Amino acid sequence: MIESQPDANAADTDERSTGLPLLRNWRAVYLFVVACFICWVVILAILPRVFA
Amino acid sequence: MNTLDYAVLLIAILSIPAYGIWKTRGKRNLDTFLKGSGNSSWLVIGLSVMATQASAITFLSVPGQGFESGLGFIQNYFGAPFALIIIAAVFLPLFRKLNVYTAYEFLGKRFDSKTRLLGAGLFLLQRGLGAGITIYAPAIVLSTVFGWSLDGTIIASGIVVIIYTVAGGSDAVSLTQKYQMAVIFVGMIAAFAVLIWKLPPGFGFSSAMTIAGSMNKLDAVDFSPNMQSRYTFWSGTIGGLFLALSYFGTDQSQVQRYLSSGSLRESRLGLMFNGIFKIPMQFGILLLGAMMFVFYQFEQPPVYFNQAAWTERAAQGERDQFRTIESQFADVHARKRIALENWITAAHQGRAADASQAESSVRTLQKQSDELRQQAKLMVGGGIKGNKPASDADYVFISFILNYLPHGLIGLLVAAFFAATLSSKAAELNALASTTTIDLYRHLLSRDATDAHYVSASRWFTVLWGAIAIGFALFARLAENLIQALNIIGSIFYGPVLALFLVAFFLKWIRGTAIFWAAIAAQLLVIALYFSIDISYLWYNFIGPGACILFAIAIQASLPRGKEPPAPADA
Repeated sequence: MIESQPDANAADTDERSTGLPLLRNWRAVYLFVVACFICWVVILAILPRVFA
Repeated sequence: MNTLDYAVLLIAILSIPAYGIWKTRGKRNLDTFLKGSGNSSWLVIGLSVMATQASAITFLSVPGQGFESGLGFIQNYFGAPFALIIIAAVFLPLFRKLNVYTAYEFLGKRFDSKTRLLGAGLFLLQRGLGAGITIYAPAIVLSTVFGWSLDGTIIASGIVVIIYTVAGGSDAVSLTQKYQMAVIFVGMIAAFAVLIWKLPPGFGFSSAMTIAGSMNKLDAVDFSPNMQSRYTFWSGTIGGLFLALSYFGTDQSQVQRYLSSGSLRESRLGLMFNGIFKIPMQFGILLLGAMMFVFYQFEQPPVYFNQAAWTERAAQGERDQFRTIESQFADVHARKRIALENWITAAHQGRAADASQAESSVRTLQKQSDELRQQAKLMVGGGIKGNKPASDADYVFISFILNYLPHGLIGLLVAAFFAATLSSKAAELNALASTTTIDLYRHLLSRDATDAHYVSASRWFTVLWGAIAIGFALFARLAENLIQALNIIGSIFYGPVLALFLVAFFLKWIRGTAIFWAAIAAQLLVIALYFSIDISYLWYNFIGPGACILFAIAIQASLPRGKEPPAPADA
């Protein structure tokens, strides 16, 4: 039990921390990915109008 | 291809696999051979996941799609970011917690042996079929470049991939994929730069985009709710979400890639890397195709890009008819080029009325040009597929490479196709062999053998699946368009497999017998629908799991309680 404690903590930290400077938790990372997707859809939707 | 091209090609395609095999020499227990060494960083995992999906077909066929139909195909990938988030948040922690070699082992732990075998069997069936198509694509390149027979090229390139995969295993596959992606990116960016550079003087990227836009080649997003339209925002986001969930979450060729890290964080970041960069990468490749379309407004293209097939059909008779259509096409192209130059000049000089009139002429002539190309496709297709038009979309990019790129760069691009084949094909064979070894051979036939025995068995299964893939590749020429054929096969078989995992994760009261029969019923339903109704294939990724989950709920509700053991607590 004593030996397994550090491993459990390490796994827990691994699960919670992203190791990224600005996006510190996973929810922020997922929201960032969704925001990138929305940006791309907007760019793709207006592209034909810009170059019509 | 000259000596410089051959030198670039040989150095690129031999050095990377050789490095992978040398770097991983001596690491040959079951863990490293099937899962890798466990110390891959998020970038290696991200590139490995990307390289596994981006086969030579992506780089050969997608520019052809962009040339023919514009950017609309990108909607196919709209569901991918959401799917990758779900996999990172839900699937990945459970796979890692149970420390499985294959995704289907998880099904055995959650449900029962027969459900595990069903999941593994459906994967082997659809991936085995798909593997044939991924080996066919580079064979087109090689047979065109070297003038070899297509069948001989399929067999030779298949054997190269088998040797590499048997020698290297999962570790070598992951390790070398980042270098292979580097070769691919450099090659594609160089092709793009040369394409823009070869446009007429004073005619830059912005003008090229204007022409592409006015010819509807930049129409990327279609919000119409039409179910029959192959690519719309809705089919791409909803159907694409389920397709990507199935592919990234349940296909062993992908699961094996992100389980190769020792850390949950690195695996998650690798998946998020793909969530961010998948759409821009596909956009770049499709845009290359749209720019090729603009390029061929100024350069005379062939009326049919697969010139070998065109010449062969012409030689079989009706030679005059083939010559007539070629000359009509050349005439329309010459008139279109003049109209195009008039349009651009008038637009630059601010003569709006003249510009509008010239633009209208260009559109009319483009329509005539498209009709002549369609006629040419029918003439070629009439000989091999009844009255269906043949497709030359897969030959558009390779035709441009061979005719317009400088030497050295031709070798690099051919090497890029090879690199893409090696990286995706090796991952596929590795996954097929892993699943056969772990889910069939070890599970059913030989439970207590040594690691060395399973590594050896896995190598033999790699050879077997390579041979099957070669066999399918020999028939792949019947496919309308390679990338679509691959996605259609995936869409038919992935749905029920995805449902097995969704039920495993979210409906814990459903047991093995109910989901097993529900998956079989759903699979039969999807196959029956595919052959009987006309809707975009992407919707089958939604219909398959939806039907399977409903069937499972109904079957479980009708079964007497208490006959099956409850699901394990950790599943």
